[in-house]
Amino acid sequence: MSIKGRAYIAGAYEHPTRKAPDSSLAQLHAEVALGALADAGLTMRDVDGYFCAGDAPGMGPMSMVDYLNLKVRHVDATDTGGTSYLIHVSHAAQAIAAGKCDVALVTLAGRPRSEGQATGTAVRPLNPNQPDTAFESPFGPALANMYGMVARRHMHEFGTTSEQLAWIKVAASHHAQYNPHAMLKDVVTVEDVLNSPMIADPLHRLDCCVISDGGGAVIVVRPEIARSLKRPLVKLIGAGESVKGQLGGDVDLTYTGAARSGAAAFEEAGVKPGDIQYASIYDSFTITVLIQLEDLGFCAKGEGGRFVADGNLISGVGKLPFNTDGGGLCNNHPANRGGMTKIIEAVRQLRGEAHPKVQVPGCRLALAQGTGGSLGTRHANATLIMERE
Amino acid sequence: MTMAAREEALARIANPETKVFWEAAARGRLLLPKCTSCGRFHWYPRRVCPHCSSTTIEMHAAKGTGEVYSYSIMRRAKVPYAVAYVRLSEGTTMMTNIVDCDFADIQVGMPVKLVFRDSPEGYPLPMFTKA
Repeated sequence: MSIKGRAYIAGAYEHPTRKAPDSSLAQLHAEVALGALADAGLTMRDVDGYFCAGDAPGMGPMSMVDYLNLKVRHVDATDTGGTSYLIHVSHAAQAIAAGKCDVALVTLAGRPRSEGQATGTAVRPLNPNQPDTAFESPFGPALANMYGMVARRHMHEFGTTSEQLAWIKVAASHHAQYNPHAMLKDVVTVEDVLNSPMIADPLHRLDCCVISDGGGAVIVVRPEIARSLKRPLVKLIGAGESVKGQLGGDVDLTYTGAARSGAAAFEEAGVKPGDIQYASIYDSFTITVLIQLEDLGFCAKGEGGRFVADGNLISGVGKLPFNTDGGGLCNNHPANRGGMTKIIEAVRQLRGEAHPKVQVPGCRLALAQGTGGSLGTRHANATLIMERE
Repeated sequence: MTMAAREEALARIANPETKVFWEAAARGRLLLPKCTSCGRFHWYPRRVCPHCSSTTIEMHAAKGTGEVYSYSIMRRAKVPYAVAYVRLSEGTTMMTNIVDCDFADIQVGMPVKLVFRDSPEGYPLPMFTKA
């Protein structure tokens, strides 16, 4: 069974806050749910499927279903870190196709900025029951140095440079200048990135995403419901997911699970990378974008550095406009999980509702790509391909 | 560190599957799991072979040599440190720290040799230095 054409994204909402010291976590989840439902023209009473991940309070979906007093007949709390929400959309489409729900609500929210988390530099704690951590935590793996190792190996194998990585941040900043909600609105240059403090070699501060509060939600519905609503039709035509780790000790940092999630999504959609007019690419760090672009097939393995250079990712300038909201690098990385905002900006592009300065003219085919966990150790990837009908 | 304190530290890091590894580490030995069915080493240690799913795993003393597969210097720490993946001579790759050498000397492909260093909590960890 394919999900192609079996479900539509009818509602999408990104919380405008970037710092929410006076909001509770559950409240933020509720606010994004209300926002996405209002966007779709639906209400809480229409929701019969609920999807959330580890950022939701309580155990799995139960606390938020209770808080919102939802009457659901389908729940899914798949947690694959920042990419969970792309997987939720795919699973929601599967559930809708199987007749298990009609209107699926997916929420994400978090307050890492208000809670003072050192997201990228804090060492993940040791838990003897998690089989890997005893052999890793004592050596100080944070996020920044794990992605630093991915970048270092890419440089070694393919000659990728810090200047090329910097172009990814430069492109994101060109887009963020038009987003009034973006945390970082200033346009930066390659030199600005290279001159920012080194966090974990070879990644500089401006190679890293922001830490922000906030959240987002999407509504996935069956085709008949989508057609009854007043919003532009954004149809799911392909999805893929994968998990990749250390391969039993055959560690290979030169590629990610996006190679598999992307191939599955393109096959289901029946389109090629060259057909994609806009791409949301998970951007926890600049290297996250570069390596996934290769794995998705937008360029050959090892060519990512040359592909992203010279503004090729800037809308209106380059061949592949990416993250036109400013992405995690400049706009927002709510709950330290950037997958939801990747979906939302792709929906805006397909509806023609992105900022006019970054809107891709006649955008009919878009891709959203997520990463969860750590590319340096074990991670999940998910790919969604969407079409404007 | 007293024996009792070390025992306590080891209890915090080991689980029933990995106890033999950490007890050997406390005696300054790096044990590598090797599958007697497919003949391959793996990392991190487990009782089910990740390559062939056999459950006949034996522990072998490592040669203690290898080369840097990748590395990163964490500058945002009270004391900056080098984390690395080291590809061991046995063919499997482990996460570790590179110690006792200038950060500027560390390169991908650099030959390294095993040294044991106590973590702040008191358990001995396999680390590597320039060979």
